[in-house]
Amino acid sequence: MTETALPLQPGVKTEEKTKAPSALVRVAQYSLVRLIALFATVVVGVYLTIMIANMGGYVDEMRKGFIREQVAIGVGLDPALKEMTSAERQNHIDKLISLQEKRMGLDQPFLIRSFRYLSDALTLNLGRADNMASDSGSRQVRLIILERLPPTLLLFATAQFSLFFLAIFAALALSRNYGSLLDRIIIALAPTSAAPSWFYGLFLILIFAAMLGLLPFGGLVDAPPPDSIIDYSLSVLKHLILPVSAIVVSAVFLSIYSWRTFFLIYSSEDYVEMARAKGLSSRAIERRYILRPTLPTIVTGFALSIITLWTGSIVLEAVFNWPGLGRLFYQATNIFETSVIVGSTVIYAYLLGITVFFLDIVYALIDPRVRVGGNQGGRV
Amino acid sequence: MTAARRTLSALSRYPSAIAGLLIIAALVLLSIYTVIAIPYSEAIRLWRGGEGVWLETPRNALPSWVNLFPGVNLPDTLILDTESDLVTKTRQAVSDGMTDIITTFTFDYTADEFPQEISLFLTSKYDQKRPLVSLTWLTPDGREIRVADVTVERSATVRFSQESKLERRLKGLKPEIGLFADPEAGDDPKPLQGVYQLVAAGLAFEDESDVDARLVIYGQVYGLAGTDHRRRDLTLALMWGTPVALAFGLLAAVGSVVSTLIIAAIGVWFGNLIDAVIQRVTEVNMILPGLPILIMIGAFYSRSIWVMLGVVILLGIFSPGIKSYRAIFLQVKESPYIEAAQAYGAGNFRIIFLYLIPRIIPILVPQFVVLIPSFVFLEATLAVLNLGDPVLPTWGKVLSDARTNGALYQGHYYWVLEPAALLLLSGLGFAMVGFALDRIFNPRLREL
Repeated sequence: MTETALPLQPGVKTEEKTKAPSALVRVAQYSLVRLIALFATVVVGVYLTIMIANMGGYVDEMRKGFIREQVAIGVGLDPALKEMTSAERQNHIDKLISLQEKRMGLDQPFLIRSFRYLSDALTLNLGRADNMASDSGSRQVRLIILERLPPTLLLFATAQFSLFFLAIFAALALSRNYGSLLDRIIIALAPTSAAPSWFYGLFLILIFAAMLGLLPFGGLVDAPPPDSIIDYSLSVLKHLILPVSAIVVSAVFLSIYSWRTFFLIYSSEDYVEMARAKGLSSRAIERRYILRPTLPTIVTGFALSIITLWTGSIVLEAVFNWPGLGRLFYQATNIFETSVIVGSTVIYAYLLGITVFFLDIVYALIDPRVRVGGNQGGRV
Repeated sequence: MTAARRTLSALSRYPSAIAGLLIIAALVLLSIYTVIAIPYSEAIRLWRGGEGVWLETPRNALPSWVNLFPGVNLPDTLILDTESDLVTKTRQAVSDGMTDIITTFTFDYTADEFPQEISLFLTSKYDQKRPLVSLTWLTPDGREIRVADVTVERSATVRFSQESKLERRLKGLKPEIGLFADPEAGDDPKPLQGVYQLVAAGLAFEDESDVDARLVIYGQVYGLAGTDHRRRDLTLALMWGTPVALAFGLLAAVGSVVSTLIIAAIGVWFGNLIDAVIQRVTEVNMILPGLPILIMIGAFYSRSIWVMLGVVILLGIFSPGIKSYRAIFLQVKESPYIEAAQAYGAGNFRIIFLYLIPRIIPILVPQFVVLIPSFVFLEATLAVLNLGDPVLPTWGKVLSDARTNGALYQGHYYWVLEPAALLLLSGLGFAMVGFALDRIFNPRLREL
């Protein structure tokens, strides 16, 4: 904002002043359009999820069967109903079943139900779980999921930030002296990223937990959890080391490799050569002539890595017994808990949608090309 | 063909690519051998056959080659039956109707560890009266230990570890330890090496009656790859996992890449509405959580590997790759040769399949090769989530079994390491070739 914001001619300044808000409006407009488009895609995605999760109504049949069984058992055990004749009892059972089905909305045709499920899912009114409960004892799917969100966020935020900054700085260092031994080693190691994080997780557990006994096999804290906050966080930190390392190890070499290549391509541009010829320090060149123009791409890369890793968490959390969203999903599929499965998928879809949306906004803010129309300065 | 040869010669300049190609070739050869040597139905029978098939293999045994390490001398499994030279069987009439049938098993025990278990499988022929067998154990230092007396049904199994009287006679030591323990070793039992004998003295009460015995001393090592918790030979799963992994990876990569390519080309060529629809669908697909959907389908519909493959391809059709292919196709579309094709009256699909798509195949090949291992790992991922194919033995299934049965907690490291090594090897093989191809086809990378 400094160099060109102080022009000598006052005329230019006023002109810029009038144009600045229009750039803001443009960004806002752009964001709004993207928001609507993304919301539409989330709606479609969630609807598809509901269709798949219900197998075109099959899961509802399962639920109906479950209701029938529960009602029959309930009636059979009720001493007050012992006197009834079998026809009366059957009648009573049928009445209870239809009441239950009506309560759960199973009497409507599937198409209508599916749209009701959709609106429920989109408003995060995720219903109640039949066979799962949160640690605090609630059967509300939303509460179950919300309870599991913080550990997932903790794990993935830690891993993503360490991975991202490690990769960027290592890549910058390597691009400064490419062709060195270290550079060659990193290139040779890049194919190791073909394996997913849980795979390295198994190895890390094997080495550090099973053989050396240094770190825990998995979980979030020691059992029983320590009382003081400091001990608690230290314990969480100890449990974080292995899963975070698994994520970092599984991705770091490939991302260093690709960032390094990317920086190398940019550092062979003419204006960088020019800056070098001017005698600027290599740090200044990096900051002003390499990092700045590549910022949109770096941000995109960051957001994309988050997107791909959201769903990669399921197995990693299962392997490390990490009490997050992924393991919840895993447990729910094992006991066919549809409401939790759909709920988690909706949350995943929302998380992906939000990530893409932020990516778009940040992109609009930092990419000069998006702003060129409104602000001729093109300052970033 | 010349293009392929040129690519190969270019590849040969990268040592990592040669290593990768060798790995892929080895895996392909192994798959071909496996499919021929162990046909599908046989593999399923051996893997799903239950206890009967694996009755005589030890449980959770290490692979045999661990004995090659210095200082390791674990017992292998010994199977002795009446056909063996180490077994003598004599028949002697005692009085009318009564016959002694004495079977003697003689073997040399040289391992430094105790066996896992000892079982004697007895079968008998009789009409009315069941024969009686008494078992005596002779150690190299001349001790005689009475093991058990059994009346033999048509078939009977004596599991030494379950003979509680024998355990008491051995002062509380587990029979498989006590029978082999050196009495002078003190509290920390060590096996006494030397020639042991088991005498199964049978008494039959009918002339026609007979007793046959088969002694199995379960070792701690078995075969090339060891065994799992259900006594199954892991070699089978590791071998059969190879063709399955390669087929899954290859088909999924081909299916998703080719379909993505065609969709992108069609979108670009027809433009307008079709292009817009394809773009929107791609965006929806980006937001659809792929793995959760796969898991749902696995849990609700079918866990067959081929259904999974189909879904993987379906989800891959509108992959984000469409966006990058689209950018390239938009450039190619404006090329003069396309215009020329239109001028001579080429149809839409002729242009798409013969002129547009072939242009970007060079860019595609490296991406495609790099994609294969990710699908191989996807199969393993599904297996680890208990969504592996219910009948086929795969690498992922072995890993998953190992994980759910606490292999890491109990120290059965071989069980995890073997499938993991194969997965890693195949992943590395494809990735190394793919990276080299990337450099060959993208000259801008080559100078870096």
